[in-house]
Amino acid sequence: MKIAIASGKGGTGKTTLSTNLAAFMSQFGQVVLADLDVEEPNSGLFINGELIHQEDTYKMIPEWDKSRCELCGNCQAVCNFNAVLQMGKTIMVFPQLCHGCYACSELCPTGSLPMKQKKMGELRSFRADNLSLVESRLIVGEEQAVPLIRQTIDFVDTNFSEEVTQIFDAPPGTSCPVIEATRDADLVVLITEPTPFGLHDLKLAVETIRQLEKKFVVVVNRHGIGDDGVDHYCREENIRVIARIPNDRKIAETYSRGELLYPTIPAVRSAVETIADYIGEFKRELK
Amino acid sequence: MKIIFTTKGTEWDSAMDPRFGRTEFFLIYDEGTDSVETYDNRAIENEAHGAGPKTAQKLAEYGAEVLITGNGPGGNAAAVLQRTGIEILVGAGDMTVKEAHEAYKAGKLKKV
Amino acid sequence: MKEIVVISGKGGTGKTSITAALAILGGNDVIVADCDVDAADMHLLMEPDLEISEDFYSGEIAHINQDFCTQCGKCQEVCRFNAIPIIGGEYTVDSLGCEGCGYCARVCPADAITNSEQNVGKWFISGIRTGSSMVHASLNIGAENSGKLVAQVKSGSKALAERLGKNMVLVDGSPGIGCPVVSSLSGASFVVLVTEPTVSGFHDLKRVYELVKKFRIEAGCIVNKADLNTEVLDGIRSFLSEEDIVLLTEIPYDERFTEAMTNGKTIVEWDDKLAGIVRGTWERIRETVRL
Repeated sequence: MKIAIASGKGGTGKTTLSTNLAAFMSQFGQVVLADLDVEEPNSGLFINGELIHQEDTYKMIPEWDKSRCELCGNCQAVCNFNAVLQMGKTIMVFPQLCHGCYACSELCPTGSLPMKQKKMGELRSFRADNLSLVESRLIVGEEQAVPLIRQTIDFVDTNFSEEVTQIFDAPPGTSCPVIEATRDADLVVLITEPTPFGLHDLKLAVETIRQLEKKFVVVVNRHGIGDDGVDHYCREENIRVIARIPNDRKIAETYSRGELLYPTIPAVRSAVETIADYIGEFKRELK
Repeated sequence: MKIIFTTKGTEWDSAMDPRFGRTEFFLIYDEGTDSVETYDNRAIENEAHGAGPKTAQKLAEYGAEVLITGNGPGGNAAAVLQRTGIEILVGAGDMTVKEAHEAYKAGKLKKV
Repeated sequence: MKEIVVISGKGGTGKTSITAALAILGGNDVIVADCDVDAADMHLLMEPDLEISEDFYSGEIAHINQDFCTQCGKCQEVCRFNAIPIIGGEYTVDSLGCEGCGYCARVCPADAITNSEQNVGKWFISGIRTGSSMVHASLNIGAENSGKLVAQVKSGSKALAERLGKNMVLVDGSPGIGCPVVSSLSGASFVVLVTEPTVSGFHDLKRVYELVKKFRIEAGCIVNKADLNTEVLDGIRSFLSEEDIVLLTEIPYDERFTEAMTNGKTIVEWDDKLAGIVRGTWERIRETVRL
């Protein structure tokens, strides 16, 4: 079963919830946490596992073979992303701009742009008892997160059975990366803050997830701060709020040290327990 | 020698455009003939990505020896410019073209 | 004209709240540009009064004209994004999956596929309660922020500033380390990095600074929630001094920020003590860019 933790904006507690939930649930069974926020992966800062696997991840980009090239300029003409340019007698390829569509390569009359592997990031897998963490990290300057997210999910699919609880820490926002990260999920947990910013971004996230026709629920973080706008909205829209994590400076301090919260903060433990129970129930229904 | 400026207009008194890839115009000054030529680059607005290398490719056609701009080109554009061997000077983003030229002659601009 | 860009790498550091407070201090002299298009929250504090609204197009998307389609399947064969599923016996384009590469249209033997510019959202010019104006945007669901949209918002702001004779544009920059943030940085006079002393905040600060460095833009840093963790704070301080980044200020952890936001206000209108700190920061920024 796959559960994606997502939010419209960053900094609402996605990583906090993902790491605490994954660690908590691993006390009772196998859990894998996949950090799909590949531009800024932070889950690993909270989970101290043993590194068990590491690999470079690649995307396919064209590489110029000048021996056969007739400098016809077709490659530059067919590229919609400015990723291939002809400079005098040279063809230049810009790997960061390339979407890997293969058009320049396959439409080249002389076969002078064969597709080659190019490193775009690194994937690591850690293990701590029943908890596995898979995280991928995009190279700075690399622009397309989606292929790396896809490969990370594929890695999880290949290495863990459907029986294992799979928790995806999704990237923030409402664009392609978050869609890629939630596309396969059985359940999406949206986390938000009870503030005007939180509400505004929650609405965008809800619209996105509804368009994907996914089942979703809401967790309110920093409960007690702000106003009741999020509660009103969820009631009106018939969205279930399954748990509330209280607002507490101690939580912010513990988080700042890169520590898990539920072992030392009872209110977080009880919220995480409630969410885990909900997921357990959901899993039984799914079967 | 030809010097290229990234500019917001086509006059000697126009403001410099501090951006490289999305610069609105180039102003090309030929010291030998003391003549000025301009290129309207505003169509670059329509490029979602990769404005830098595309602008650099256009710029290369002028065969200039010096580029004067604001913050300097990003990585992709720099790779294109490297092939042309053009010398890149930055820090002229807040000036007019004229001021930028004077600052260049006085050796006040930073080399990349 | 000066362009101040505020970025943070990580979300939730208080970037937008601080930018909004600076906008209030700048008042009528400053045009505001919200380039954090994925989570555009600035308008919630600025009471925008919509004046101009325009559609925004970015990238392309394929369309298949069923009248011409001969069902040869060539398009599906070449599409690397699995964006041409067969639905109801017809080859169709999955609009969320299509990257707009145009390969399918190039190989279609019946010329049944056309690419068109994709409408990805809108951008706006609004009057705001400082007496000045802001330029902002909203994206359609699933649409991606792009360098082009950020450039549009920024050039709109600059044109406006020139027309109205303002000497500063204040930019709420995009998150992450991708193309939108590169475009946010392009043309900047000064970058304000907002961070927090958490292991993740520090980690992301370092990552995003790699980009700032590439553009050789002078940078200053605001450490928000500074008293959360003294150990990480020390780490941030030494990082800043090693990299020659001006430490603009350290703001203590204070829930008055959230209180202000909940009331549609910025911190400078809500708490005198914090207002003093932010005002001092604003003065330092102005001095640094010589305004």
